[in-house]
Amino acid sequence: MNIAVCVKEVPSATSAKRIDPSTNRLDRSGDSELNPFDVHGLEEAIKLREAGHDVGEIVALCMGREQAQRPLQKALALGADRAVLVTDEALAGSDISGTAYALAQALEKQNAELVILGQQAADADCYVMAAAVADHLRRPLVTQVAELSLEGSTLRAKRQTEHGYDVIEAPLPAVISVSDAINTPRLPSIKAIMGAKKKPTDVVSAADAGIDPSRVGSAGAKSVVANVSPPPAKDSGQRIEDSGGDSAAAIVQFLSERGVI
Amino acid sequence: MAGTIVFVDHFEGSFNPNSLGVLARASQSGEVTAFVAGSGIDDSWAAGLGAYGASRVLVADDPALGSLPQPLVDALEPHAREATAVLFGAGVVSADAAAGLAARLGAGINCETTDFTIGDGGVTAVRPALGDTVMVESTFASSPAVILSRANAFPADPVGSGTAQVERVQPTVQDWSAAASLVGREQASRGGVDITEADVLVAFGRGIGGPENIPVIQELASALGGEIAATRAVVDAGWTDYSMQVGQTGKTVSPKLYVACGISGAIQHKVGMANSGVIVAINKDVNAPIFEFADLGVVGDALTVVPKLTEALKSR
Repeated sequence: MNIAVCVKEVPSATSAKRIDPSTNRLDRSGDSELNPFDVHGLEEAIKLREAGHDVGEIVALCMGREQAQRPLQKALALGADRAVLVTDEALAGSDISGTAYALAQALEKQNAELVILGQQAADADCYVMAAAVADHLRRPLVTQVAELSLEGSTLRAKRQTEHGYDVIEAPLPAVISVSDAINTPRLPSIKAIMGAKKKPTDVVSAADAGIDPSRVGSAGAKSVVANVSPPPAKDSGQRIEDSGGDSAAAIVQFLSERGVI
Repeated sequence: MAGTIVFVDHFEGSFNPNSLGVLARASQSGEVTAFVAGSGIDDSWAAGLGAYGASRVLVADDPALGSLPQPLVDALEPHAREATAVLFGAGVVSADAAAGLAARLGAGINCETTDFTIGDGGVTAVRPALGDTVMVESTFASSPAVILSRANAFPADPVGSGTAQVERVQPTVQDWSAAASLVGREQASRGGVDITEADVLVAFGRGIGGPENIPVIQELASALGGEIAATRAVVDAGWTDYSMQVGQTGKTVSPKLYVACGISGAIQHKVGMANSGVIVAINKDVNAPIFEFADLGVVGDALTVVPKLTEALKSR
């Protein structure tokens, strides 16, 4: 069994996020990182291999800018065997529909029985990609998996709903997205970081991946940003910097002033 | 021709309030068809959606339609193809079905929608983005437009006393759509404390380190005369029970005081507690989104601050 883990380059958690008014797209000029939610997907793939399942290869697949090669290096350091970066000017500005189609086309070429996504992208807060990709691939789907096991070619997954937990079984090939609580990702060792440099990254164009350019990018987007505006104004709260618990008295005073104690 | 379709999710005989809210809101823009799928659906129960603004209810009744999303996409597909807009309330099954449907139809999808218009000029949808720091309004270059609302974005209040006309439709479920199966359900414990009733909640997330530190949180809750609550991440990780969970897939709470300890304040959590009276957040990450909507933000380690706070409250 081969596993493909979809990963995304997102702005770093610490960088200020804004929408570029000239393009109505997310400004990606600052520092970037591997989407932290996708790290759980990579970790789960590695755990399946370590649990003794017959995992042929783990490929990290990314659609993004040329610069996404750097976060892909981290995916390789974390344990992916190789990486694929689908990058093309034609893909810039893709909406959810276009991205799902493009990822599915690229995944078709990967021969991976199990496709894993993170639960959401940290930049767009998009948590529906797995379901859209599964429909394109015509494969069974389980999203937001909090516990995963494999028996032969059947996966068993526990996932939260509004009513508790569902336990779902699905035959491979399948698509899943994993909860950020499914595992605690390890930190790559220095040796793994060095070793990642020797692992292959295929940089492919949209055409290489079999993607119809009319269905992706700004031109193919079915959801089009028309206007970006500030949210309704609200009072900003107070802020206290704590040092060793010295804020306790100030918190008590605040609670007292607000009449909640 | 079904102009606007609202998919109405349900569980054990109750309609999902997020579905009802979207239905009621959509009915302000004109005639709306509700879509209910499942097995053994009662016509008069489905007709009750008239009170939430549906003029017609399509009922897809088939043993293959349960609580997994992929067969629902098959059931919706032929009707959605004819529609201008297909709307979904927030929910686990609804989100997967909405995304699957959008992919199937090559349609545009807007998620986390907090406002929308459906009119002669087309469909627009508004969502907060980038940690709710901007409002993004989108139009659609597809028909239908697919819209998935944010949790609790629209109140589930009846808009009339009407009864909708019920029409039965026969779905065709594909083999691959039905390949996943629900094999078990671990019910949320139904006894114990109901956190929606508490005046004070002290909630914790992964920032408190581990389940061994829950007693520290419990002590603060006791000192404040409240109860403890938790985030989805720590419930998924098995630290505590699902019945304690606040957020999109957990409870929606509005206590007089909500103290968030080691909680980043992801949207999924925020939608369940943003209407609390006073929100105090204690988090060592100065960039945590929760500071954007807390009335008092304390930048510090919850495990250091909480015991000192408990002590200070007790000595009053």
